[in-house]
Amino acid sequence: MEGDSSPFFSPETGFDRLHGGIPHTFLVTESPDRYLAQARLLSSNGARLLTLWSESLPAIRAAILLREGLVLLSLSLPKDAVSFPSLSSIFPPAARFERTIHDLFGLIPDGLADLRPWIDHGLWSHPPLSHTPSPLTRLAQGMDYPFVRVRGDGVHEIPVGPVHAGIIEPGHFRFSVVGEKVLRLETRMGYTHKGIARLFRGRNLPEAARLASRISGDSAVATSLAFSKAVEEALDIEISEGVRFVRAILLERERIANHLADLGALGNDAGLAVALSLFHPLREAMHRINLSLFGHRLLFDSVVPGGVSTGLSGAMIETLLLENERLQAEVSLLERIYADHGGLQDRFQNTGILSPEVAGRLGIGGVAGRASGQGWDLRVDHREDPVHRFAPALALDHIGDVASRVRIRFFEIFESLRLTHALLTSFPGPDICATIPDPPAPREGAGIVEGFRGEVLGWVRILPGKILADAHIADGSPLLWHALEASVPGNLVADFPLINKSFNPSYSASDL
Amino acid sequence: MWKLLWKILKTGTLTESPTRTQEETGRPPFLHSASIRHVDAGSCNGCELELWALENPVTSLSSLGFSFVASPRHADILLVTGPVSCHMKEALETTHQAMPAPKRVLAVGDCAISGGVFRGSYATHDGLSSILPPDVTVHGCPPPPEAIVEGVLRAFGSPPHHS
Repeated sequence: MEGDSSPFFSPETGFDRLHGGIPHTFLVTESPDRYLAQARLLSSNGARLLTLWSESLPAIRAAILLREGLVLLSLSLPKDAVSFPSLSSIFPPAARFERTIHDLFGLIPDGLADLRPWIDHGLWSHPPLSHTPSPLTRLAQGMDYPFVRVRGDGVHEIPVGPVHAGIIEPGHFRFSVVGEKVLRLETRMGYTHKGIARLFRGRNLPEAARLASRISGDSAVATSLAFSKAVEEALDIEISEGVRFVRAILLERERIANHLADLGALGNDAGLAVALSLFHPLREAMHRINLSLFGHRLLFDSVVPGGVSTGLSGAMIETLLLENERLQAEVSLLERIYADHGGLQDRFQNTGILSPEVAGRLGIGGVAGRASGQGWDLRVDHREDPVHRFAPALALDHIGDVASRVRIRFFEIFESLRLTHALLTSFPGPDICATIPDPPAPREGAGIVEGFRGEVLGWVRILPGKILADAHIADGSPLLWHALEASVPGNLVADFPLINKSFNPSYSASDL
Repeated sequence: MWKLLWKILKTGTLTESPTRTQEETGRPPFLHSASIRHVDAGSCNGCELELWALENPVTSLSSLGFSFVASPRHADILLVTGPVSCHMKEALETTHQAMPAPKRVLAVGDCAISGGVFRGSYATHDGLSSILPPDVTVHGCPPPPEAIVEGVLRAFGSPPHHS
């Protein structure tokens, strides 16, 4: 979809269209009223809130996605600001982002009723990123979190986590149940909070790029690509066609590998243990090829500002095409096995339904959104080179149960294999990396990519000397916890692992 | 169903032998099995992906006699990933306390050893050393499955601590 015809990218409404494959614009205001008015205007035109954060300058920033492109709405605050207007009545998921800002910066979201801590577990003496800094001391005793209580005959709570039964990231789930049936699920996150916003500050570009690769280990390509695009926009760096091809191939590889792992785990969680043994060797084979061709099993550090760490040779293309052919055959067979397996489909169908209406209200994108009728995919919606040359198809389903999310993943694997094949066979080469100029003054940039989970946003401000002043990288995981909370009630407790896996939010990318 | 059976038969055994034998690594011969309790103390999830790979049929840690268990009461080895975020310290220590002695602590990945890329943050403890000094460490970001297998074997052969 082109943004030229949209009223949102015309001067009359205050939106200027910027360059780049995916149209995006920065909209800065000092007026809280204008901030709220713009958010309302965007929301009434079907926009989705992706993420909301603050930074070292007193400002609130919101990344809002429209069909036509991305709007970075920011409200500059005075140095002595104590509060900012809440967007939660316009975009409901804004609440937890604003509670995070409250925890980390000490700024109060005006109009937000729920001011319970979110990232803060009561172990810091004061907000660690406060704009009026003072030395932080660690407290020995944390606080209990006031979960919402469900009352009634026979209602009891099941607390789960932060340490879970298997090899999973830490987080807490509080179920209110009657018998086996879940009445309410409330999530409590923050256990993997690493202070990434603070860690970015003052880093040089290579060190910051390493950090950007480690926001969520399963999305290393997507997060480092979003970061690199942001840097490239800030410093006005042109990327060669070869590099764009290699990046697109890496991004699709990451998507295929994760979808394979998720499909295997979903089969396993539904009682078909052999699914893990059938899907995971395919992923393992991809990791080995990643290591031999790109130097890292999980493709960490494979995308860097200005380019990629390893280019593509003719021999590498041959290897990847052979792998592509093999995966196509193997996954086709596995898809038929899943479709024919009555027991498996019985567990998948009507389990964990996220209705299109709720998905729309929460602004869920990615796999989970597309399984619930939300037809958003940056690769499909925008003419970004080189993927748009091969007309990517949109995966879309309208039921929103686990089975829908399984179908979307199968569809996307085949589509990614087709795209990868096309990219490999028309690889223009050579993949020359650009040199990184030193900015004479602070510069800002943003980038957005369609990761395996959904959109991944990168934003940076770079100082002279190529030093990071601030950076923010976010994927859709924080919103997926809302989706999970909306779709689990009414299901059995025993179905929770299956439903959780079908959304597969990243704890690390949520907590940052 | 015949498709699934045919696929299982055709796939056969994928499990590979460990890259180095016990004679080469100088570890005592394997006598008993050991159980592992994994705690993610704030990792980026990269190490978890490689822990998952231990359970695929290619590496198949369970065929060597090791298994991941849900309860710390059943565990001999505490396998820790991540830089030990402030918010996971208490849960990590509680898990360790709940394990019966003798027990070992295995740090997997650069973060668990020294904080990795997250070193120096207000929100982490820069690895295990100040919290639960590990008996065995496995370097890497993340370490590949074969290195983790070797670490598990080393942890198994290392002198146990009783704290």
